[in-house]
Amino acid sequence: MLGFDLEVIVASLPFLMEGMKVTILLTVLGVMVGLPLGVLLAVARMTLPAPVPQIVFSYVNLCRSVPLLLVVFWFYFMVPMLIGRPVGGYYSVQIAIILFEAAIFSEIVRAGIQSVGKGQLQAAHASGLSTWQAYRHVILPQSLRRMVPILITQTIILFQDTSLVYVVGVRDFLTTATIVAERESRVVELYVFVAVVYFLICVAGSRVVERLGNKAS
Amino acid sequence: MSSFAGNGPGYRWDWSIIFTEPYLDWLYTGLQLTLIMGVAGFGLALLIGVPLGVARTSRSRLISYVAKLYVDVFRNIPLLVQMFLWFYVIPEILPAALGTWVKRGMPEPELTTAIVCLGTAGAARVGEHVRAAINTVPAGLIAAAHASGLSGLQINRYIVLPLATRRVIPTLISEFLAVFKNSSLAMTIGVLEITAQSRRILDFTFHGFEAFTAATVLYATICILTLMLVLPLEKRLRVHGLMASKV
Repeated sequence: MLGFDLEVIVASLPFLMEGMKVTILLTVLGVMVGLPLGVLLAVARMTLPAPVPQIVFSYVNLCRSVPLLLVVFWFYFMVPMLIGRPVGGYYSVQIAIILFEAAIFSEIVRAGIQSVGKGQLQAAHASGLSTWQAYRHVILPQSLRRMVPILITQTIILFQDTSLVYVVGVRDFLTTATIVAERESRVVELYVFVAVVYFLICVAGSRVVERLGNKAS
Repeated sequence: MSSFAGNGPGYRWDWSIIFTEPYLDWLYTGLQLTLIMGVAGFGLALLIGVPLGVARTSRSRLISYVAKLYVDVFRNIPLLVQMFLWFYVIPEILPAALGTWVKRGMPEPELTTAIVCLGTAGAARVGEHVRAAINTVPAGLIAAAHASGLSGLQINRYIVLPLATRRVIPTLISEFLAVFKNSSLAMTIGVLEITAQSRRILDFTFHGFEAFTAATVLYATICILTLMLVLPLEKRLRVHGLMASKV
């Protein structure tokens, strides 16, 4: 190895930043759309009559028993077919991430709702609220607050998992770094840089979770 | 990636494709590699992760700090980046002779690298489960053991170890499944496991639905089989009174 060449990173920083923007967009939309969908799935599974809970159960467990990488391939292959024209890799993987995260979030939300306790729902019913109103105004506000640390943890995991879009060539942070690494023959520098950047961002996020955890207990 | 574009409307189904040679054989060898990585990777994760989790509960500041550092490093870098670090970066920064051996000399360089990557990363999560299990042993039990004259070693042997072991086993099963699923990332460094083989079948036949369905069924079947084998075990291991409420 001929020393660590920082210049190549500095020179390609604007290009890498474009990649980081895609990574952040994949993560933010994954949470902002995936979480509400996950809440809907969890509430539907707990309140609606058969066969809805069974369908949600199957969907969630199917998502949990296959690798995200395979899900990314599924959608990269299927979305253009369903729409009938090529839409570009980004949209396919964004949809894959949202639907996959919805399943993961729904399990977190379900556990959170169960931790609130049946008494709250009964009390809400007794005071004349409908089931949906009870969830909207009584159960969800309490349970979502309790879930904040684990939701942030899941967001950090998703932030790391978005790097999988590399396999279909979507230009996220890892893919742009790979492009530079191959063009400049600077694999060591680029991958170490990528690792350090991911590490610093995720550690910062983990520290927030630890603080919240300490506050709660 | 152009192979995807070849699928216009009017998809022609042909499920027999996945039962035809050589594609059936591809899926079979893919399954073998996925299982090898899952089992070997999880074995390595236990080997490193159990001492790691114990170290995190150590009263020695230095030991618990080093263990925490390991967990932080391996949990805060994406697994795919870790895979690339092991495969592309480590051989470059090792002394030249050793680097060459890692790249080409050692048996099955890609597979071995993938197992090391999956194992070292899995160890960080196993370590966290082990630590959590040890920490859930009630302080009252330990105080009572002290009061009845047991030594520190005896307390660990007769109180902490049996309770923590029973507590940790169900979480380890989900870790095995995590390693098993994460092994799909090994395709990026050239291991032809299940996901890679289904991609390859798509490239050769344009039958993506059938190929990905086959891969999905294989993964789901192994997950379900694993859970069916271990759920009864989990019930038997539950300590009554201490684990009444499911966490």
